Amino acid sequence: MNVQEWTLALVIATFALYVGIAIWSRVASTKDFYVAGTGVSPLTNGMATAADWMSAASFISMAGLISSMGYDGSVYLMGWTGGYVLLALLLAPYLRKFGAFTVPDFVGDRYYSQTARIVALVCAIFVSFTYVAGQMRGVGIVFSRFLEVEVNVGVLIGMAVVFFYAVMGGMKGITYTQVAQYCVLIFAYMVPAIFLSLMVTGNPIPQLGFGGEYGDSGTTLLERLNGLHEELGFAEYTSGTKSLRDVFFITAALMAGTAGLPHVIIRFYTVSKVRHARSSVGWALLFIALLYTTAPAVAVFARTNLIESVSGRPYAEVPEWFTNWEATGLLEFDDLNGDELIQFTGPDSEIPNELTVNPDIMVLANPEIAALPDWVVGLVAAGGLAAALSTAAGLLLVVSSAVSHDLLKRSLHPNISERGELIAARVAVGGAVLVAGYLGINPPGFVGEVVAFAFGLAASSFFPALFLGIFWKRATREGAIAGMVSGITLTAGYIAWFTLLRPELDSAEHWLLGISPEGIGTVGMAINFAVTVIVSRLTPPPPAEVEALVDRVRAPER
Amino acid sequence: MGPVPVSSGYWRKNLRLLGVLLSIWFVVSFGLGILLAEPLSAVHLPGTGFPLGFWFAQQGAIYVFVVIIFVYVRLMNRLEASSGSGNGSGE
Repeated sequence: MNVQEWTLALVIATFALYVGIAIWSRVASTKDFYVAGTGVSPLTNGMATAADWMSAASFISMAGLISSMGYDGSVYLMGWTGGYVLLALLLAPYLRKFGAFTVPDFVGDRYYSQTARIVALVCAIFVSFTYVAGQMRGVGIVFSRFLEVEVNVGVLIGMAVVFFYAVMGGMKGITYTQVAQYCVLIFAYMVPAIFLSLMVTGNPIPQLGFGGEYGDSGTTLLERLNGLHEELGFAEYTSGTKSLRDVFFITAALMAGTAGLPHVIIRFYTVSKVRHARSSVGWALLFIALLYTTAPAVAVFARTNLIESVSGRPYAEVPEWFTNWEATGLLEFDDLNGDELIQFTGPDSEIPNELTVNPDIMVLANPEIAALPDWVVGLVAAGGLAAALSTAAGLLLVVSSAVSHDLLKRSLHPNISERGELIAARVAVGGAVLVAGYLGINPPGFVGEVVAFAFGLAASSFFPALFLGIFWKRATREGAIAGMVSGITLTAGYIAWFTLLRPELDSAEHWLLGISPEGIGTVGMAINFAVTVIVSRLTPPPPAEVEALVDRVRAPER
Repeated sequence: MGPVPVSSGYWRKNLRLLGVLLSIWFVVSFGLGILLAEPLSAVHLPGTGFPLGFWFAQQGAIYVFVVIIFVYVRLMNRLEASSGSGNGSGE
């Protein structure tokens, strides 16, 4: 079997598995549809959360981004894992104790206001669609490279599969599919990583391997890579180029955003007890950490391999993978000086750079660059699809429950029957899939970048409202609404200014206090906190029922 | 559901535990992995080729995060068992 046959076989086998699980776990009640009947075990929920969480960006883009950013890539590693500490300690157990179906549910009840509910609902939909666009695009990229179909056809195939199991099984279908998807994606990530680690360093554990020696050279791999970087005019790999302040702000925005993402929070509504909510965050982070501690190792192996295999080589002799990826437009060679050699150089070099590598391809091209067996290449394709589909499904469920539960049932049409609400939920998922597909076909940017912005939006809207709602009884309706609106408006405005309206200004000297659009969520969050506290102080305190609600949420379980 | 008396000792202990664990969380990530990363990277993690600050930012902080959550789970289960007031989650 060749690469393409292996890929096709593995993709069809995994898709059949997901559809099979969907048929087995179809649901009949809204409780099953929104929160899988709250009967999910902590370990299962942890695994499903890990798949829900690890998106096309984690699987496909992250190692590539770290590979091109070096130390600066740490913002993603710490940001996307550190948020789970906030979630486990500050939010998940209390929100589970509250026992709702959605995030706007809590916001609406805690802030005794339909307006707060609607604001939260709009934020949830906005954040989720920003995020889902990247997932659908990721599906398209995998299909186009490995199965040689149009990117857009790939998006349509992905939509069809998600549509089937999300509409049929709701949260229950999504949960069990996500468990299968986690197994597929972690296996697909670890196998090439272990192969690479053995090849480059002789150590089978990638986490240790990238701190080891480079072959028999007597120097360590990281020293070798730093040396190559210096030679070619790139910044030192282990130090990076971003300012300390920007690294700090981006990391904080990603952490708070992670803790405030509605599709992650609702996963903790699916367990039966508060203490299960806590421990399932722990399991989730453990499963996530397995990939997240491997990614920086893969980044180093990939970077070293890339430089060693193309830099300074004649273009006529490039390996087959190079030509394959050139065809997708994600790898570009432009022979500026006409010497037919590939000059791959950094900003500090006098020789102009002739090679453009889109970070998205690093993980996908890795097995080919390292000449791993064909089935490993196919496995990586199946893993990338699992990561993208599992996250997309989780996000679509948030959109659907926001529309059918928060908007229809809790706001517009409280007398709707259980059956009616379930039909509405299914229709809403279907509609959300279509919008997501449209965004995947007409994407607002590349996968990793778009997703990174969704965190800023979540950090600046939800995190302060949820945190203060639990830890500060005096937080009022007016305070929370003013805080969420000002936080997300500032953040979205700043991001839109530098990415959509005036992209030519997107450089450090034009940024507010040297903070990039990726890190502005931290400022938005600080403003949200400040506005909420000030406005709360100036408005009448919350009614007694709300104080009782907060007491109940804080009380020990037994 | 009516108001439930919260054992204030329970809540105070919970807050103190949160303070300690979140300080550790801050120190390993923002402290050792970011603010102090440059000076720390002058030395290597013993026995490896990892510059220390770089290692905290890309490996060490993540391991500590996992440990923090499981420690919290354990201590909170113990704390809840010993301060058995409240009315359960209704399940």
